[in-house]
Amino acid sequence: MQDLIVQRPEGLYCPPGDFYIDPWRPVSRAVITHAHADHARTGHGHYLAAAPAEGVLRARLGANIALQSVPYGQEVTHNGVTVSLHPAGHVLGSAQVRLAHGGQTWVASGDYKVAPDATCTPFEPVRCDVFITESTFGLPIYRWRPDAEVFAEINAWWAANAAVGRASVLMCYSFGKAQRILSGVDARIAPIIVHSAIQTLNTAYRDAGVDLPQTRLVSEVTDPTDFKRALVLCPPSAAVGPWIKRFGDFSDAFASGWMQLRGARRRGSYDKGFVLSDHADWPGLMGAIGATGASRVIVTHGSIPVLVRYLSSQGLQAEAFQTEYGDDAAEEKAAEKAGEKAGGKIPEKAPEQPLGAAS
Amino acid sequence: MKHFSKLFTELDSTTSTNAKLAAMQRYFEQASPQDAAWAVYFLSGGKPRQVVKTASLRALACAAAGIEDWLFDECYQAVGDLAETIAYVLPLDFAASDVGLAVWVEARLLPLRGLSDEEVAQRVTGFWRELDSQGRFLLIKLVGGGFRVGVSKLLVQRALAAHSGVDAKRIAQRMMGYLDAKVLPSASKFIALTAVNAGASDDILDAGQPYPFFLAHQLDAPLEDFDARLGPVDDWQVEWKYDGIRGQIVKRAGQSWIWSRGEELVTERFPEIVTLAHSLPDGTVLDGEIMVWQGGAPASFALLQQRIGRKTLGKKILADAPVTFMAYDLLEARGQDLRAEPQHVRRAALEQVLAGTGFKLSPVERLACWTDFALLRTESRARGVEGFMLKRRDAGYGTGRSKADGVWWKWKIEPMTIDCVLIYAQAGHGRRASLYTDYTFAVWNRQPVDAAEAQAVVQAIEKRQPAQPDALQLVAFAKAYSGLTDDEFKQIDSVIRKTTLEKFGPVRSVKPTLVFELGFEGINRSPRHKSGLAVRFPRMLRIRTDKSLHEANTLTDLNLLLNL
Repeated sequence: MQDLIVQRPEGLYCPPGDFYIDPWRPVSRAVITHAHADHARTGHGHYLAAAPAEGVLRARLGANIALQSVPYGQEVTHNGVTVSLHPAGHVLGSAQVRLAHGGQTWVASGDYKVAPDATCTPFEPVRCDVFITESTFGLPIYRWRPDAEVFAEINAWWAANAAVGRASVLMCYSFGKAQRILSGVDARIAPIIVHSAIQTLNTAYRDAGVDLPQTRLVSEVTDPTDFKRALVLCPPSAAVGPWIKRFGDFSDAFASGWMQLRGARRRGSYDKGFVLSDHADWPGLMGAIGATGASRVIVTHGSIPVLVRYLSSQGLQAEAFQTEYGDDAAEEKAAEKAGEKAGGKIPEKAPEQPLGAAS
Repeated sequence: MKHFSKLFTELDSTTSTNAKLAAMQRYFEQASPQDAAWAVYFLSGGKPRQVVKTASLRALACAAAGIEDWLFDECYQAVGDLAETIAYVLPLDFAASDVGLAVWVEARLLPLRGLSDEEVAQRVTGFWRELDSQGRFLLIKLVGGGFRVGVSKLLVQRALAAHSGVDAKRIAQRMMGYLDAKVLPSASKFIALTAVNAGASDDILDAGQPYPFFLAHQLDAPLEDFDARLGPVDDWQVEWKYDGIRGQIVKRAGQSWIWSRGEELVTERFPEIVTLAHSLPDGTVLDGEIMVWQGGAPASFALLQQRIGRKTLGKKILADAPVTFMAYDLLEARGQDLRAEPQHVRRAALEQVLAGTGFKLSPVERLACWTDFALLRTESRARGVEGFMLKRRDAGYGTGRSKADGVWWKWKIEPMTIDCVLIYAQAGHGRRASLYTDYTFAVWNRQPVDAAEAQAVVQAIEKRQPAQPDALQLVAFAKAYSGLTDDEFKQIDSVIRKTTLEKFGPVRSVKPTLVFELGFEGINRSPRHKSGLAVRFPRMLRIRTDKSLHEANTLTDLNLLLNL
């Protein structure tokens, strides 16, 4: 029986349907799992994506891309292949791609997370014969704690800083992570300031109906004392430039699954590392793979050899695809570019204090 | 453990000295003296002997986590720390207990030594069930003797001083020998350490109590700045810098004690020095260097190292590696603490005390100007020394690395250097986990004729063709993992990932493309290495992007350094 998805230089390809999933080179037809830059690239002739992804995709790839958006679960047939998109729980609009053809069912997961997240539709297990899984955190050392505990930690850190007049600068990826943090923190502690790269995406999330607390750009801050107690969300790249200087003696932290490791925390010399990931942890990967009922699993980006060996030892037929996913740097560049495009020019200087204001 | 665990988190998550001081102070405020005694011990670098073997801990962790050995290995490669890896793979559920640090160490951990494997397994897995992930991490660090957190002993002393109101120098004084493994920390030891009014006990020191060592700082100034920075030569006492083991000899009440810089009591290991000390009057404390002396000159450090490694001292080793003590300071005379006296006064007293004893007196060199000293310094290698020590004649003897009472400068000779080729790389540990930072370097077995001949060797390596015995080849001779900046490491890491040829467990062989300038302090013959040579304290001085592979040095060049 012919494989429904194969590896080609352009990306993952469906031969009977003649289309690609998250291709990294320009192709005529692409199914997009989600709008992160390593999965959604410019230059394709036609795009198919889940409906909630539309706003972010257009914001990033251009308003005029030929995009067909379909609700989760709705079937579309193309060259005899039935295509449907199912929530992947990774970021707003993220989807697993289910393909059915000639009696076989394949699911390509893109990136996914199984824990609940208020900013996107929760992950939905889809039964299939062959499952293509990511493996970003594919080691048993990665086991996430419940979000509520992490948010409580962030709130405590922020409140403690605010109490002594220090800003809390929390570095995070602009798309997905930032909004998840915003939805989880206690906005009553103090104002929230975000980098323009993040604000652009906040707008897209709000437009899609996701409830986020009020966030302000630096240029919108009127009370200078806000700089000394705010929670500041920015991409890691902004934390080394002139943008960050206005916050004076701030406390810094990084929110990422990689913060699980003490070595990573110390290497970045952050005051705090919050373990918060938009990818499945080890039990999440195992649970998701098991729930598909698939007997054949193909592993992409992350701990490929480990997962292939482990799944084989569990009696599954496990293989690997080499992809060009997992490039966080590309994603951050895309986020910054979008931030600038949206007119969120980053002022070099902090707004001057009003005359007579107590310093 | 809960409080100590919290303290650890606070110390580990800040780089601010003040925040660390405050965290330690808060801990000492609420901790019981027993717990505080152990906290001081671990924070200042105390390490009890390992009570459970690393391999056993690993095996227990795999069993408890239900994962196979290979998967644990993969995890360890990613984490770069054994205790941390174990803490992350164990089942998450636990029932928190409220057992204090002292009880953990004294009643639970130390008694593990000598128990049967089954008993150890049962107890250790039981301990894990009482602790959260962070607690498990700490426990394994304490059990395995690998506890480390970013505070210096000096900082612990400052925190204790702030906590107790006792002067930090006095605390340092009282803490000498605190880490000696033979006497366990206890509530009474902690109380004595921080007592505001210690009565007479501070004056009449415990018989063998040494003084905190005064440590030197590296002098990194060009010669032309010496006058401006140091002032006239005559203000300084200039001595040779010896490459031995820093030691203190305490002679009181008819008895002698020898302490190493690590505050370890090493009296039994150096019977020759004990014999010499018989002739010292009571109430004398000498500071100096323990070294092997042969044929009227210092022998290589390697010989001293062999001797330290021995548990029992046979006649042969005593004859092969005779040890002496090169004295250079006098900290106590006739029972009086001399440390506040100026250097030149202590020196004069030292000369008097040593007259008629068998101790060596570190000679003071006198020259007209720094330039003359620079010239004389070039003889360092021939004399078997590392350069000069500069000590201000009017300064007292300070504590640790503090510069409050004056400075001792070490003016070391430039390291030996060799240009060599990176051939293997391994990921680092701790903050360098998952970054390739530990490298193996090679030199050519002979001079390549030209760039093409060197490239042919590289191609053969790429094709995994073993070299013919006499053909041109790269010979590994040293490993190094320090000297580069974080950015340089990142850059090299990415080259390594792109040029990897094979993986052997954690080690990658790479296509030889990078030339480094490697510095080292000395070189000796060694049958243990393929090259027949061993270098001392190798580190990377710079990446030689300006050099091609065929311009790297050869074994012959290394052998020439042997004779320097």
